[in-house]
Amino acid sequence: MREVAVIGVGDTKFGELWDLSFRDIGIQAGLAAVYDANLAAEEIDALYVGNMSAGRFIEQEHVAALIADYSGLARDHIPATRIEAAGASGGLAVRQGYLAVASGMHDIVVVGGAEKMTDVGDVMASAIQSMAADQQWECVFGATFPALHAMIARRHMHEFGTTREQIAAVAVKNHKHGSMNPKAQFQREINIDTVLRSAPVAEPLTMFDCAPSSDGAAAVVLCAMEKARKYTDKPIRILGSGQASDTLALHDRDSICSFTATRVAAQKAFKQASLEAKDVQVAEVHDNFTISEILAIEDLGFAKKGEGGRLTAEGQTAIGGKVAVNTSGGLKARGDPIGATGVAQIVELVTQLRGTAGKRQVAGAKVGLAQNVGGTGATSVVHILGVA
Amino acid sequence: MATARFWRENPSRYNLAASRCDNCGKVFFPPRAVCSACHRKSIGKMTSLKLKGTGEVHSYTLVHEAPAQLEMLKPYVVAIVKMDEGVMLTSQLIDCDPKKVEIGMRVKTTLRKLGEDGPAGVIWYGYKFMPEDQV
Repeated sequence: MREVAVIGVGDTKFGELWDLSFRDIGIQAGLAAVYDANLAAEEIDALYVGNMSAGRFIEQEHVAALIADYSGLARDHIPATRIEAAGASGGLAVRQGYLAVASGMHDIVVVGGAEKMTDVGDVMASAIQSMAADQQWECVFGATFPALHAMIARRHMHEFGTTREQIAAVAVKNHKHGSMNPKAQFQREINIDTVLRSAPVAEPLTMFDCAPSSDGAAAVVLCAMEKARKYTDKPIRILGSGQASDTLALHDRDSICSFTATRVAAQKAFKQASLEAKDVQVAEVHDNFTISEILAIEDLGFAKKGEGGRLTAEGQTAIGGKVAVNTSGGLKARGDPIGATGVAQIVELVTQLRGTAGKRQVAGAKVGLAQNVGGTGATSVVHILGVA
Repeated sequence: MATARFWRENPSRYNLAASRCDNCGKVFFPPRAVCSACHRKSIGKMTSLKLKGTGEVHSYTLVHEAPAQLEMLKPYVVAIVKMDEGVMLTSQLIDCDPKKVEIGMRVKTTLRKLGEDGPAGVIWYGYKFMPEDQV
């Protein structure tokens, strides 16, 4: 296995990008990353694209070839592969790109992630998102994606005494972080009351507990470490990569208050990196719902099981706290264009580790972690990045 | 959706068809070909089982943002129920005041309409939960 570095990153603004198509955003992010890496098109060996459901959102499949084509790579005939694992599509695309370079098969790979969600209405967008859960044994019976997370939240409150306010504190923190990110979908701060008083979606969760539907794309350029310094003075090393799966349906787990796939993926990534949770200064985790971030910080080892809510309410996961979680605003405030999210997490970590995150910069950030989840934890992908 | 799909799913939807690994005793719903704990040792030892239909609420939610199919039902309660055989199922909890639902509450299954394939398509039925003491 070869060492792999991230040598370029790019992303679009996340939000309701009504004047831009799927192709537009895919190219915008991809070209930004290639430009950032000082790369010539001919040097790209392969393209991986994370995308959950272009077929349902824009009635277009085969999107990896599409992005390669519109990025001007049609005559280079590079392999272009789409990766799907629901919400973890982006993180998994990064991992596939990483494996391709680490194995020696390719030297330079572009990994993109994109989703165009606002070409369908709200009800349809929610229905498509629910396809990440078990259609046959959960959704047909009336369970929605927010409903499944609401049941996780209710059980977490029951088992550990987590309070409604502690769960809401995740949204407040991530909106605050989002206010410092000019590319975030939501750049306004909120307070606990905003969350508690907004419209109920699936009790106890309200609208402000849920990440929005978003359009957006992100891209990273991966390169064999031995060649990385040819392109950049500040390559960011991928120190560890872990992936794990679990039952598709939430109700088939031993516990619904923990995502075992995240625990297993994190163990693998930490072991590879020879690091522990306490060594991480900045983390992007999968807060598609507020409760998801509480599970994430517990399963990743930043908090003991059951203490994620308290830690968040105390500000220990805010910028300036013990570990800065979701400095980009997370899925909650930055936005959640599903297939783009896992790649955007890596873009944020690289930005932080380069020390170019501006107002939201975490002082002295040396090690970053990204956790990207598909469904209610049936797939989890964890990456650990470090200053090379 | 094609009618065939519903025919395939009916044994578990109507009659709670499950399976048990006779190597370790773990129950699976719907039936599985292999036990996730015993792997090879479970081959040939997965036996059919019909769930009794009773259990207790493991967690629940009141759904306000409903899929198009269930727009007329909202708000409705969805619960994850731990069946007495140990396996968990997800469905709606009906015929009770949403405010009175709590974790640990005893429930039983009842056959109800789940949805339909448009105005002229197949109507699909399956289990929902109701309080155990309800007639």
